[in-house]
Amino acid sequence: MSTDRYSIFSVLRESLRGHSGWKPAWRDAEPKAAYDVVIVGGGGHGLATAHYLASRYGIRNVAVVEKGWIGGGNVGRNTTIVRSNYLLPGNIPFYEHSMKLWEGLEQDLNYNAMVSQRGVVNLFHSDGQRDAYARRGNAMRLHGVDAELLDVAELKRILPMLDFDNARFPIKGALRQKRGGTVRHDAVAWGYARAADGRGVDIIQNCEVTGFRIEDGRIRGVETTRGFIGAGKVGLACAGNSSRVAQMAGLRLPIESHVLQAFVSEGIKPFIDTVCTFGAGHFYISQSDKGGLVFGGDLDGYNSYAQRGSLPTVEDVCEGGMALMPSIGRVKMLRSWGGIMDMSMDGSPIIDTTPVDGLYLNAGWCYGGFKATPASGDCFAHLIARDAPHLVATAYRLDRFARGRTIDEKGVGAQPNLH
Amino acid sequence: MRIACPHCGLRGVDEFAYFGDASVTRPAADAAETAFADYVYLRDNPAGAHRELWSHALGCQSWLVVTRDTRSHAIETVEAARDVALARTSEAQS
Repeated sequence: MSTDRYSIFSVLRESLRGHSGWKPAWRDAEPKAAYDVVIVGGGGHGLATAHYLASRYGIRNVAVVEKGWIGGGNVGRNTTIVRSNYLLPGNIPFYEHSMKLWEGLEQDLNYNAMVSQRGVVNLFHSDGQRDAYARRGNAMRLHGVDAELLDVAELKRILPMLDFDNARFPIKGALRQKRGGTVRHDAVAWGYARAADGRGVDIIQNCEVTGFRIEDGRIRGVETTRGFIGAGKVGLACAGNSSRVAQMAGLRLPIESHVLQAFVSEGIKPFIDTVCTFGAGHFYISQSDKGGLVFGGDLDGYNSYAQRGSLPTVEDVCEGGMALMPSIGRVKMLRSWGGIMDMSMDGSPIIDTTPVDGLYLNAGWCYGGFKATPASGDCFAHLIARDAPHLVATAYRLDRFARGRTIDEKGVGAQPNLH
Repeated sequence: MRIACPHCGLRGVDEFAYFGDASVTRPAADAAETAFADYVYLRDNPAGAHRELWSHALGCQSWLVVTRDTRSHAIETVEAARDVALARTSEAQS
């Protein structure tokens, strides 16, 4: 609508005009009285849903309502890693669908999201873990996903800085997914917002949902801080706060909210050109294009809506880093931050209808929501538009817990802080 | 965050292990299957005061019920889980 198409020519043209001709990438829309679909939550998943509703499923009379500003939640608070190295049948096709959408994302959105398929390397440290990773790699390959088992010699070529002969956790090899990597997280929110706006979607910021209007078991609209907005259908995409929002519609969810921290070091010269995860503790690391080491680890472990973490977890994550690559010991930590995760009871997400007609739920992303953004948006849009689940998301039902069909990648049961 | 253990005093959170919502109670053995599913899986997950189970795992190993604000992490009360359970039982009997 209001935006130009970005290309080398538009960049050259604007460079000659002192960059005075760029238009805002999306409109700051005022809420209309009613929409066909209202999406609650202007994060990555909500904006992606709006984009796919408009571009793939032909529903353009859509609003995304966001309590703060778009991209101010977890889509701007993660460690930007994308991968599809899952084990269980319910998960692999979904995350591979997501990976394929990442691969075509920039062309689809006409937006530079800095998709970088630099590879994801999961280290193993024992024979038992080698078997587990070989099995995972085989499951991936059977589903048509790329995976390769690396030996120590190959690994030393890729990641020479690792502490291979660590006395307690010697490194025996790794499972690599070459197509995995990183994507510039903020640009994902902005790119989806711009593309959705371009197709007529209203993005309404500073508009918090305060209640739902439900008549005879059917959704009629949302009460917000900017007044009532009528809606034929409402989709919830507010992970982190799903329980709080769903409660307003009378739903109780199999979810606990937990805080997950992430960290960035000062910028250093090129050091690590892939994503690497420690197999003997919980630690993962990559390097941003600015040079900062981006890393993270475990949840703090107790229910929280505070968006900030505690020091014992900082220490634990940094110990993991030191056990893996002692050479980062003198690098200063620049920033740390916390995001609120929807930790579901089996560690897998929910994309489903609810007992309220016309109210749809997209929740429970645990700390794997960023990589799922495109597929989550596509599958949620499919569900809202057609009232039927997308083929790759049929396992993500809300009733799977009561029916004993949980998707537990980690196998720890109904303890959300352990997934 | 620090938790005031009734037996050991104020101790760092890394001495404690978390076991989630303390307000859910196990249904009677003859309750419907849905009651058990709700008990195992569904949580209120409030933004605000939350009663939760902690174990002083690296201290005296006692079980505690902590009432904590999930928005600020401020702790309101710490009770011995045994006392909470006994009070619940005597309430049910009276």
